[in-house]
Amino acid sequence: MKIAIASGKGGTGKTTVAVNLASYLAETRPVVLVDLDVEEPNSGLFLGAEATDGRDTFKMIPAWESTTCSHCGQCQEVCNFHAIIALPDQVMIFPELCHSCYACSELCPTSSLPMQPVKMGRMSWLSAGNLSFVESRLDIGQEQAVPLIKQTLAFVDERHAAVPIRIYDCPPGTSCPVIEATREADFVVLVTEPTPFGLNDLKLAVETMRHLDKKFGVVVNRQGLGDDRVEAYCAAEGIPLLARIPNDRRIAESYARGQRIYEHFPVVRRQLAAIMDAIKEAAS
Amino acid sequence: MKEIVVISGKGGTGKTSLTAALSWLAGADIVVADCDVDAADMHLLLQPDFARAEDFHGGQVALIDQDVCTACGACAEVCRFDAITPGNDFYAVDPISCEGCGYCPRVCPTEAIVMEDRLSGQWFVSRIRTGATMVHARLGIGAENSGKLVAKVKNEAKRIAAEQGKEFILVDGSPGVGCPVVSSLSGADFVVLVTEPTVSGLHDLQRVHELVARFRIRCGCIINKADLNLEVTAAIGEFLTANNIVALTELPYDEAFTRAMVAGRTIVEENDGPLALQLKDCWEKIKQTA
Ligand code: SF4
Ligand code: SF4
Ligand code: SF4
Ligand code: SF4
Repeated sequence: MKIAIASGKGGTGKTTVAVNLASYLAETRPVVLVDLDVEEPNSGLFLGAEATDGRDTFKMIPAWESTTCSHCGQCQEVCNFHAIIALPDQVMIFPELCHSCYACSELCPTSSLPMQPVKMGRMSWLSAGNLSFVESRLDIGQEQAVPLIKQTLAFVDERHAAVPIRIYDCPPGTSCPVIEATREADFVVLVTEPTPFGLNDLKLAVETMRHLDKKFGVVVNRQGLGDDRVEAYCAAEGIPLLARIPNDRRIAESYARGQRIYEHFPVVRRQLAAIMDAIKEAAS
Repeated sequence: MKEIVVISGKGGTGKTSLTAALSWLAGADIVVADCDVDAADMHLLLQPDFARAEDFHGGQVALIDQDVCTACGACAEVCRFDAITPGNDFYAVDPISCEGCGYCPRVCPTEAIVMEDRLSGQWFVSRIRTGATMVHARLGIGAENSGKLVAKVKNEAKRIAAEQGKEFILVDGSPGVGCPVVSSLSGADFVVLVTEPTVSGLHDLQRVHELVARFRIRCGCIINKADLNLEVTAAIGEFLTANNIVALTELPYDEAFTRAMVAGRTIVEENDGPLALQLKDCWEKIKQTA
C-alpha cells in the first residue's frame, strides 16, 4: 500500500507525520519511507542516521555539435520552453529551462543536438531493521523537481518492490511536483493546522485530490491552536478526519531537537494507530 | 525603488504572518506582492478587495481531434511524459501529464493535434486595508509554470510601484529552492530569510542561502520562535555571522501570531507590546539596509 503524506503548504507537520508513521509501522513490519520533497528533503534528519549510500541522478539535455550544425534555426523554433537559442553562428542551450522533451534533438535535420546526461541531484538510501529510507535532493540551481521525483519513484519500484507499505513525504503545494508524488498513491493523508491559513491551504489540497480522484483523509496537527473551522469544513464536506495531534509546546521542542515524537508522547502513538486504522478502512 | 523579498525555504516558519506584519507597518509606502502563489495566504490577513482579476495562461496543452486521428501512434511514441494513451479508434492526451512541449503535433501525419493555451491561474490587483496596492495570484490545480506566474505578479507589482512612485516592493516569496523561488528572487535588492530553530529549519536556511548567494543579493535573517531551541538558535546565529547575513531580530514562540490570524489581522494590529516594537525596529532595519 502506498500512502502519500501531503499538505497544501509546508510547515504543517507533513514530515513529522511521515517520519513518525513510518517508524511506528516499522516496529511490526517492513516499511519504505520515501522523501519526495526534493527541494527541501528533511525526513532523514529525524531518522537519526545518515543515508550514506547513494548515487547522482541525471536529466537529459541536448548538447550542441558545432561541426555538423547547418544553422537552420529550427531547434529554437521547436523548443516550447525557450531553452535553446539559435544565433547566426552559435546555438546556446539553457539547461535549467530544458524539460528534456527530446523534440529539438530528434527533429534536428543534421543530428547536431544529441541528448546527454547532466547531474540534477542525488538520491540516497539506508536501511535499518524494518525501515528502509530513500531520499532525493535537487541540486541548488536546478529548477525542476518532477523528473527527480519520477526517477526516485522508479528506483523505489525496482529496489523495494516487495515491501508492503510505502510512505511518501510529498512536496508541499498543489502544483506539478505534488501531482507527480501522489499520482500512484492508494491513499493521501493531508496534514493541516486548525488555523485560517491551514484551512485555506487544505481547501486547495482537497480540490487537487478530488481532481485527481484520490482517496484521502485529513490529519489536524497542533489541535487546539487556532479555531475549529477546519473540523467544521471536513464535517461539511464529508472528509474523514483521521487523527488529531495536540498543540503542545513540548512536542514542538521535541520536534525542534529532531526527535520522533511518538516515542516520547503516547498520545501521538495512539493517533498514528488511528491513522492506520482509518486508512485501512477507507482503502478497503 | 527597492525590492525586498521574504523567503524561508521551508514552510511553517511564519514567513507570511511576518510579511503581512511588515506590510502593515510600511503602510501606504509600498506595493505588496504575494509570490507564494502555490499556497497564497497573505490575503487572509490583508483582506485585499480583488478589484481587478486577470486570467493567467502559462504553458500549453496538447489536444487530439478524435475525428481526424487515425490511431497511428506516432505521437505516443515521441511523448516523453507518457501523456498520450492509445485507443482503438483514436489516441487521447491526459492533460495532467502533458508537459506542453509541443513535440507531438510536429510528428502527427494527419495534423490531428493542436496546442492550446492552458488556463493555469488568475492574478489580482487589489487595495488592502492600509490603502496600499497588493498584487497576488492563485495558481490552478496541478499547473506548471508557477515560476511564470510569480514573474507576472512581480512585474505587475514593479510596474505599479513605478507608476505610484513607491519606494519599496515587499514580496512574500515562494518556498523551496526550485523554479518559483528563483523567479521570486530575480531582481531583488534585499532578501529577508525567515527561519526557526529546528533541525530542519537550519538545514533549509543553509540550502536557501546557498541559492540567494548565487544571486549575490544582500540578506538579513529573522529567527522566529527563537526560544524553542536555544542551541539551534545559537547555531543559526553563528551561521549568520559566518555568512555575513544581517541578524534582523529574534522573535519568541508566541501563539499571539495564531490568534491574530484567527482574527484575520496582522500581529502588529493585535499586539502593541514588545513583539510589535521588535517588528517595528526590524522594518526600520530592513529599510536602512536595503
Ligand atoms: S536544428 Fe540542428 S542544424 Fe538547425 S540550428 Fe539547431 S542544431 Fe543546428
Ligand atoms: S529537449 Fe525539449 S525542452 Fe530541452 S531544449 Fe530541446 S526542445 Fe527544449
Ligand atoms: S505536447 Fe509534449 S507532453 Fe504534451 S502530449 Fe504532446 S508530446 Fe506529450
Ligand atoms: S500521431 Fe496524430 S494520427 Fe497518429 S495517433 Fe497521434 S494524433 Fe492520431
